[in-house]
Amino acid sequence: MNIAILALQGAFIEHAHMLSQLSVSSFFLRKKEDVERPFDGLILPGGESTSQGKLLRELGLLEPLKQSILEGTPVFGTCAGLLLLAKKIENDERTHLATMNICARRNAYGRQLGSFFTEETGKGLGKLPMTFIRAPYISNVSGETQILAQCQGRIVAAREKNQLVTAFHPELTKDLTVHRYFLSMIRERLRNKESSAIPIFLPSH
Amino acid sequence: MKPSSTQYELNKNLAQMLKGGVIMDVTTPEQAKIAEAAGACAVMALERIPADIRAAGGVSRMSDPGMIEGIQNAVSIPVMAKCRIGHFVEAQILEAIEIDYIDESEVLTPADDELHIDKTKFRVPFVCGAKNLQEALHRISEGAAMIRTKGEPGTGDIIQAVRHIRSIQSEIRRLSSMSESDLQNLAVQINISYDLLASVQKTGSLPVVQFAAGGIATPADAALMMQLGAEGVFVGSGIFKSKQPEKRAAAIVKAVTNFEDAHLLADLSKDLGEAMVGINEEEISLLMAERGSK
Repeated sequence: MNIAILALQGAFIEHAHMLSQLSVSSFFLRKKEDVERPFDGLILPGGESTSQGKLLRELGLLEPLKQSILEGTPVFGTCAGLLLLAKKIENDERTHLATMNICARRNAYGRQLGSFFTEETGKGLGKLPMTFIRAPYISNVSGETQILAQCQGRIVAAREKNQLVTAFHPELTKDLTVHRYFLSMIRERLRNKESSAIPIFLPSH
Repeated sequence: MKPSSTQYELNKNLAQMLKGGVIMDVTTPEQAKIAEAAGACAVMALERIPADIRAAGGVSRMSDPGMIEGIQNAVSIPVMAKCRIGHFVEAQILEAIEIDYIDESEVLTPADDELHIDKTKFRVPFVCGAKNLQEALHRISEGAAMIRTKGEPGTGDIIQAVRHIRSIQSEIRRLSSMSESDLQNLAVQINISYDLLASVQKTGSLPVVQFAAGGIATPADAALMMQLGAEGVFVGSGIFKSKQPEKRAAAIVKAVTNFEDAHLLADLSKDLGEAMVGINEEEISLLMAERGSK
């Protein structure tokens, strides 16, 4: 299993550290040619979504990544990554990959003085440590999106088929639960791929 | 109420989110919007950029809070602002207007020639300059959540920033070969806690994010600092003192992302128009990097 981590700006090294603790290899996506390498899953890290969104477009990564997600590649976005995936952002006209049926609110808890740490129970995930840094939240979900966790009455983690998002940063804690959950999504897809592959019979001579 | 250790972690975490990014000096809401559109990960709001502070001379202070609020309202990315070294009331004012990061900066005229601000008393994060490991560790002990090189602001000359980052790294390397008793002696000698020194020895890096600052004027300068190990860059006078600020700002942002790709750096460096004029460090009478060296 090999996972691509978007490394345009932000806390991407932290995700690579989490994956190496789970003995999973990863590589960084910085330009168009990097997307041509095969990968089984994609991580969109925290950082500034405006900065990452602009670089996604200008370095030619937006379309190939969007295509890959639409084809079913499992993707996990944290904080800014959540904003890149959201189909709608209520306080920003710009959307980016816009592949997930969620509406998000940017800087929903205010400036840095509004950043906080807490613990909440996620659906099927147990108790999760949650670090929110100038974080967004999900104001509503639609389509097949399932809510995975809430905090102070706001949606902070969700999944729609191959897309997983958290408004908080598991990669800033020691807790590997959410990354493990993401890996299980990838394994599920790899299994489905295998079972749906058409067997090839070589003609016998 | 003294801020919790959780707050300090959250403040270090914000610096982690800025990594791989460019923080740009801006003096007006219009410039802040240009910086945001160019892909800046944060802006530094100030009345005069370092090159103009240098030209004007005199005492340089914290900017008008109203002007800073104007910039906060203009952009959605984090906004930083500078206070004078040791001027804890300027810092209190900046915290009151909910600034995202305070730069206790040698670019302004120092208010205290003995002490820096006790940053552990604040909830808001601080970034401080350092030209060697000792300065960096003193600032971290005082509560800085992020470190930057001091460089020589407003000159467009990269030599000091290079000197500072190399100095911090070579001193960290020197720690790696030290015995426990050597480290204890050093801790006493430079007045730094043994635990902090030991953690730097163990990890081989500072316990906070480290950016480069001072004299960065071109995409190549920014990539140089990244290749030397900076985790991101501050660009002050380099952008809005140049002929095509939008284009140069966007090029520097891309150069920081793809800092090892010489072909892309070549493309980014084309047709940027005139860079800021710049002055050599020998030509200046005021070395800002020497301020607050205790």
